[in-house]
Amino acid sequence: MAEAAQIPDEAETRARWGGFAWTEENQKKANAILARYPAGREQSASIPFLDLAQRQVGEETQTQGWLPVPVIEFVARQIGVPYMRVFEVATFYTMFNLAPVGRYHVQVCGTTPCMLRGSDDVLAACKNKGLIKGKTTPDGLFTLTEVECLGTCANAPMVQINDDNYEDLDYDRTIAVLEALAKGEQPKTGSTIGRQTSCPEGGPTTLTAMVEDNHDYRGEWA
Amino acid sequence: MPKLKVDGIEVEVPQGATVLQACEAAGKEIPRFCYHERLSIAGNCRMCLVEVKPGPPKPQASCALPAADNQEVFTTTPMVKNAREGVMEFLLINHPLDCPICDQGGECDLQDQSVAYGKGHSRYTENKRAVTEKYMGPIVKTIMTRCIQCTRCVRFAEEVAGVEEIGAIYRGEDMQITSYLEQAVTSELSGNVVDLCPVGALTSKPYAYEARPWELKKTLTIDVMDAVGTNIRLDSRGRQVLRCVPRINEDVNEEWAHDKTRHHVDGLVRRRLDRPYVRRDGKLAPVSWDEAFAVIKAKVDAAGSNVAAVAGDLVDCETMYAAKALLAKLGSTKLEGRQTGMDYDVSSLGAVNFNTTIAGVERADAILLVGTNLRWEAPLINTRIRKAIKKGAKVYGIGPETELTYKVEWLGSELSLLGGLPEAVAKAFTDAKAPMVIVGGGALKGGHGAALGFARQFNLVRTLEDGTAWNGFNVVHMAASRMGGLMLGYAQKGGIADVANAGVTFFLGADEVDFTRFGGFKVYVGHHGDMGAHHADVILPGSTYAEKSGTWVNTEGRVQRGERAVFAPGDAREDWTIFRALSEVLGHTLPFDSLSGLREAMAAEVPALRNIGQLAGYEWNPPALDGAGQGTLAGYPIKDFYLTNAICRASPTMQRCSAELVHGETFAEAAE
Repeated sequence: MAEAAQIPDEAETRARWGGFAWTEENQKKANAILARYPAGREQSASIPFLDLAQRQVGEETQTQGWLPVPVIEFVARQIGVPYMRVFEVATFYTMFNLAPVGRYHVQVCGTTPCMLRGSDDVLAACKNKGLIKGKTTPDGLFTLTEVECLGTCANAPMVQINDDNYEDLDYDRTIAVLEALAKGEQPKTGSTIGRQTSCPEGGPTTLTAMVEDNHDYRGEWA
Repeated sequence: MPKLKVDGIEVEVPQGATVLQACEAAGKEIPRFCYHERLSIAGNCRMCLVEVKPGPPKPQASCALPAADNQEVFTTTPMVKNAREGVMEFLLINHPLDCPICDQGGECDLQDQSVAYGKGHSRYTENKRAVTEKYMGPIVKTIMTRCIQCTRCVRFAEEVAGVEEIGAIYRGEDMQITSYLEQAVTSELSGNVVDLCPVGALTSKPYAYEARPWELKKTLTIDVMDAVGTNIRLDSRGRQVLRCVPRINEDVNEEWAHDKTRHHVDGLVRRRLDRPYVRRDGKLAPVSWDEAFAVIKAKVDAAGSNVAAVAGDLVDCETMYAAKALLAKLGSTKLEGRQTGMDYDVSSLGAVNFNTTIAGVERADAILLVGTNLRWEAPLINTRIRKAIKKGAKVYGIGPETELTYKVEWLGSELSLLGGLPEAVAKAFTDAKAPMVIVGGGALKGGHGAALGFARQFNLVRTLEDGTAWNGFNVVHMAASRMGGLMLGYAQKGGIADVANAGVTFFLGADEVDFTRFGGFKVYVGHHGDMGAHHADVILPGSTYAEKSGTWVNTEGRVQRGERAVFAPGDAREDWTIFRALSEVLGHTLPFDSLSGLREAMAAEVPALRNIGQLAGYEWNPPALDGAGQGTLAGYPIKDFYLTNAICRASPTMQRCSAELVHGETFAEAAE
């Protein structure tokens, strides 16, 4: 509870974000999103709109974006539902940031499979690069959050930075990813040990005969 | 109509009923927290688990399970007992053990059910979660650590009150119930969440730490804050009423009450008139009853039959009848109850009554509001309209646009619209099966005839398809005394102007009158030092509704009786006894000397007042009035919902509500 994001000072936030409106480009996207739902079901657009708004805030602030209260209210007005209903959604999902974050939002998975595969090392690497859980680094680059399972257990441990996953990490490779990002480079996303998606390490372990040609296994079934 | 067995008892329940309702029909008690008859089903507390055959081999939440044919439900098996104990243990994990300092203690669902269905101990040894308090306004106090997240308050705000300002934010263990950005909830019905809350998370702020439920004497009576006649229970200790809660009456208030009903009670002990006063040299001086009566006698003797009585908004029929009887002895019939000078036609009471009945509103499918801000004039009729809308009703409004918590198609402010509706609207009313019009006090002047014309044009009085009688013409009044007063003849053709020239005028708790129009001698019989007392030449201290047994007739013509909860302070007396005593001094002794005697005499004159709990049943015989609507509605009669009568003006809670919710003042919370 004490760690829950505190909603930042309102007068200041309102002054900064009170006039929030879609950019021309996002207005088109918003129209496309809204068109997906039948009339009277505009509330369904809560999540895509909040995401779009967070991305727009991110562009304006050169960060990963967050949702100031006036922006949440803007979204609610756009879809014609009470503020409270959209506010509930924004607070429920961890992908919506209720306080400003840095340019890179580093979300380290600490759930059991990642923990068993060494997420402690990943967190240690983050710590040694000056990242503190729930805080943004003074240069405004990184915000560290420990999150629950992000569904990449086969490639554990993993970290999600902005929209990309970096998988199969250990201490050194985590440092490498963070350093590359700090330099403004784009490290290779996905597995950091070169495996394709979540294929077994060191090549196929089943259906090995299929690697070369279209092997017919049917005769071998006992 | 599914037939099922509950613990071997066969019951038949209506289609769509839940297993929980079936269990209740079989007389089985099912513990529950989130389930509430008048709210949607949430199914999140899991307390109502039962064993159902056929079905998965695990307990099922009976509140969310439809009853079906040939089901067998078990509520006493070891599986059910075990499940309840488990749920209770989980609920109590984060619930603080602060019952000794909790206002809910003694009337707490969690307390009762943990005794009845709990294990008696907990295996949980970790730290409990704590949640910060939330600000929900001047009525609701929050101690959110106690919250078990049943979401009854969230559902009430959304479904009944119509203000979606309460919600559940964050998730999982961090979930918290809060008002939006911890602002005050802007509903006149917010106090109901205190009753709905099954634990002590939402309690009454004005009543905080005042009393324990078992210390209170409970008296059943009728609310006088508006003309709905909410059935209430006054909880008193010693000579003070400490709180007011609604009782269930499906025909009137269901089980709700608005904030003014609930929280005016601290006004009952403030600014009270507790001894007679006489104005001498421009100043009110305390006197004895005998002296006050002597002064009045001198004036009445001089005035002869030129005496009048003006009834206030809160008085009961008994008071009005006693005053009427006295005036009759003096040879006068100058009675008036419409304090603000209204002079609408009352030759047929059906034409000024809420004929559809309050419960009947739910059956309407096209509703026209004329000059009424129902949210303030009758909040509990407003909730009925919300229910009608849920069933598909369309609502149109004539008057200045205002937020009524539902969608209204505003047509404009000219009363002439009643005679010439836009084509689409006219079609809606022509096609409607159960159309109704609700005329507010603001539109009776200038719009009464036109509204009756509207009723004729669209045939609002008809027999519905199901064969029941339907009268769609409704007038919503704002004063608890109004219909009773009209039945007793408290109405002159020209309104208050016809009685203003009286030599002596008795004001029965009338505070909203324009006193400058009365040149004669003014006797105020009332309970609060408000406008009436300021202008009075003699003050005779009377009783509030809580201090006398009385009969009130609500806006739909329902005769209801309330009982006395406490005694009036000081020398104050029940109003009818004042008139009885005065009549003796004046030499025109009234022919009754007990309340039952008075009631007999009153019922002999107006037989409908005998039928307690029944509708008076006025004849539908509308007068022929000028059918053209005249004038434009500039506003609504009630300017401040929380300060409409002498009792709530004396109440610090209502003053605070007015300042904060109507006038937008902010109050800093005291730092703790």
